[in-house]
Amino acid sequence: MSDWLPRSAAGRRWLGLAPSYFVIGIFMLVPMIIMGVFSFLEPNPYGGVKPVGSMAAYVKLFFEYDLEDQLVFNPGYINIIFRSFQLSFGATLLCLVFGFPVAYYITLQPENRRNFYIYLVTIPFWTNLLIRTFAWIIILGRGGVIETPLLAAGIIEDSLRMMYTDGAIAIGLTYSYLPLMVLPIYASLEKLDFRLLEAASDLYANRLEVMTRVVIPLCKPGIIAGCILVFIPCLGAFIAPNLLGGGKKLMLGSLVQFQFASARNWPFGAALSMLLLSAVVIMLIFYARAAKKRAAMEGDG
Amino acid sequence: MQKSSSPRKSKKILPVGHYRGLGGWTVFFFIFLYLPIVVLIFYSFNANRMVMNWGGFGFEWYLKAFQNEDIQKAVWNSLIVATVSTIFATAIATIGALVLARGGNFRGKTVSLGLITLPLMVPEIVTAVAVLIFFSAIGMNWGLGNVIIAHITFCIPFAFMPIRARLEGMDTSLEQAARDLYASEWETFRYVTVPLLMPGIVAGAMLAFVISMDDFIITLMVGGAGSTTLPVYIYSMIRRGLTPEINAVSTVLLLVSIGIVTAYWVVSKKSQTDTVH
Amino acid sequence: MKRVLTIFAAATAMLTVGLAKAEGELFIYNWTEYTPPELIAKFEKESGIKVSVDTYDSNETLLAKLQAGATGYDIVVPSQNFVPILVREGLIQKVGVHSLPNYKNLEDRWKKPEWDPEQEYTGPWQWGTTSFSYNSELYSGKGASLKEFFEPNDQVKGRLSVFQTPDEVVSLANIYLGIPFCSEDAKQMKKIQDMLVRQKEYVVAYNSETMSDLLASGEAIITNHWSGFSRLGRLTGAPIVYAYPKEGVVGWYDSMVVPTSAKNVENAKKFMNFMMDPVNMAMLTENQGYGDAVKGTAQYYSDELKSAPEINPPADLKVFFAPTCSPKAQSLIDKVWTKVMQ
Repeated sequence: MSDWLPRSAAGRRWLGLAPSYFVIGIFMLVPMIIMGVFSFLEPNPYGGVKPVGSMAAYVKLFFEYDLEDQLVFNPGYINIIFRSFQLSFGATLLCLVFGFPVAYYITLQPENRRNFYIYLVTIPFWTNLLIRTFAWIIILGRGGVIETPLLAAGIIEDSLRMMYTDGAIAIGLTYSYLPLMVLPIYASLEKLDFRLLEAASDLYANRLEVMTRVVIPLCKPGIIAGCILVFIPCLGAFIAPNLLGGGKKLMLGSLVQFQFASARNWPFGAALSMLLLSAVVIMLIFYARAAKKRAAMEGDG
Repeated sequence: MQKSSSPRKSKKILPVGHYRGLGGWTVFFFIFLYLPIVVLIFYSFNANRMVMNWGGFGFEWYLKAFQNEDIQKAVWNSLIVATVSTIFATAIATIGALVLARGGNFRGKTVSLGLITLPLMVPEIVTAVAVLIFFSAIGMNWGLGNVIIAHITFCIPFAFMPIRARLEGMDTSLEQAARDLYASEWETFRYVTVPLLMPGIVAGAMLAFVISMDDFIITLMVGGAGSTTLPVYIYSMIRRGLTPEINAVSTVLLLVSIGIVTAYWVVSKKSQTDTVH
Repeated sequence: MKRVLTIFAAATAMLTVGLAKAEGELFIYNWTEYTPPELIAKFEKESGIKVSVDTYDSNETLLAKLQAGATGYDIVVPSQNFVPILVREGLIQKVGVHSLPNYKNLEDRWKKPEWDPEQEYTGPWQWGTTSFSYNSELYSGKGASLKEFFEPNDQVKGRLSVFQTPDEVVSLANIYLGIPFCSEDAKQMKKIQDMLVRQKEYVVAYNSETMSDLLASGEAIITNHWSGFSRLGRLTGAPIVYAYPKEGVVGWYDSMVVPTSAKNVENAKKFMNFMMDPVNMAMLTENQGYGDAVKGTAQYYSDELKSAPEINPPADLKVFFAPTCSPKAQSLIDKVWTKVMQ
């Protein structure tokens, strides 16, 4: 059966990676290179690009022309990017705090019940994100599912004004991306050998120490995968900020969308994406470096 | 009601690795998860035209949905796209993850890792426009095929992450043992590695499916004539206002998926007990 | 494995369906729920042409898609300010709408629109207006002036909703402040920006999706709104009134055009002609509730539609159709909006 496989380890490696390279290389990397080139061109007035080289898109990230046509520093876009990172960070943290114990609980279940729980986690996400977000408006909104009984019972007298706040955005984002956190953590926790926990306990580790010294380090790959899967899509999210937050402040996702649609400035949209891409890549490289360093230190110790 | 004088629950000694409040937390989690779903189903019986304002109980939106060929075609398109892309993306991600987690350290590992996660790091609208330009440049106009290829591409990292997380640190002793017992490479892979990896593969496939079912911008942009999917249909309805018809369709989809899962669960449980006896 | 193969075969079959370009077909690309199925069924029956309808969400999407080279559509339905862009970019073709038999039915008012003076490109679909609506139970005003929207009274504090995209909001601001559309004067645009920043203190949400729901629940007292959409909200029983301010409102006109890459041009012309028949156009208007540009449709309207205030504006209402802005004007609009959204 495996006769046709290459003998050498390197040959096998590249054979295994070939499908990924083929699909992503052609249908993702090439288009992104095109986008990268676009970011250095001039915008065509009505969308698209003109084949004229220009750095204008990158200049626009940091500077603007004021009313006297002077180039001045403009922190506007940087602020938007910063705000989006903050929001994504918050949502990721919430997903982790909320999702980790559940993934852990599922792992504690008998084997045949675990898949059932996993299905239970994913089923709500078979319905459309927009419809789910609308459901949250009904729940949080004026005269909604939460307020109506409280008003009827006389606990509150006026609307709680839960909608169109940062809290509503946080709920919406957490809700949108929870399975992206729970599933990877579960996948990595599931292989946890519970005898290790007992061993730790026998060595007088208390419950907290069992968790922080044994469980969490062992499922760290899952936690990291989950955080990446939540954090990055959150950066580009626009449905929750717009529908639940009231869209009062631009987020990165809406800003990029805006450049390709209304503003018809494709190079600037492309430049923004390149900036986002590099920020994420730099973050990941720093993380990889730190992880390597720590691994090396632990190896020494 | 049984009255007991035994020590209260809080004094019961929990086994190692169990924590107080985990069950309660999970219940709360599932309430959070399903509350919007309950609301969504409830409002599918709304007689009112507006999704969010209750106007009495009625089945009319179900009737409408069953008569609406466009919406049915959109649902069908969505299911085809999600199923095909999940299968391909999961398969590609699985072998990719095996190489990257088991292949030791080799030149190009970090680059490969970056490439596989690339679709994740680019905002959707950018991917959408870029892929559309690329498809047009090479003259690819396969209708739904364009959508499927784009979906396979961006589903790969979502399937990849849980599988790789599962593989990381998973020891190879069982596989080693199988090889020692003269199992062929394929047999070892089929009967040892894949079952060990299964929770990761299931999680990855689930993520890919969910992501594909929900995608809107990329589908809207790269889809050719005849490839409207359910999310595209729903988002484009906004200018006229969403109607409970969408809730009705979502409810039917939910019931079907719950039905499939339940059937699968019953069958697999039965086959398990059959093998035991 | 077998299952995988079956699914793969099914997918391949779908692909080939996508590839097939048989004669007697028509691919329409339109906003969702903007093409009544019964109308398509009638056309298919009368002409024997098989129609397929796909949907998009905005003019911007349509433009971006055509610009990036999407093909396969025979009829698309852009708004008036996108028609000159599509013409200039060579994305749509002349089909000689003026020489179609039913062209005589077009209302004279719409025969030489500024976006297509020769009537070479555009066949009528629907037109309507953009203004604001209010909840008449919660609001004491009468919607008589755009001041109530841009500089509202304290009753509306934290209960105002504005569209999420700048174009129509800025156009309304132009009308209110008496600044010409697509102004390239930075000082004039600064005035608009200052006003929108002050208005923001009253805004609960920037929203182009759930205006009627906001009004019905009382979350908002005044919202930006479209005429026909506002009528749908009112028909559900909510106390929603569409305002006709004295300064005027923004108008929009969606029309059928044929992309340059269309493969079934003759069928597209047949469909355009079909739509200029009053019986058929009345079907569309009845379904959509905006307004049409064809003579003799009103006799087929239902009584409710005939008397709906949203499509029967006061006779002296000023309706301004926004033209296509120059790149410089457009970039000023975007600058203003980005500042408001800080």
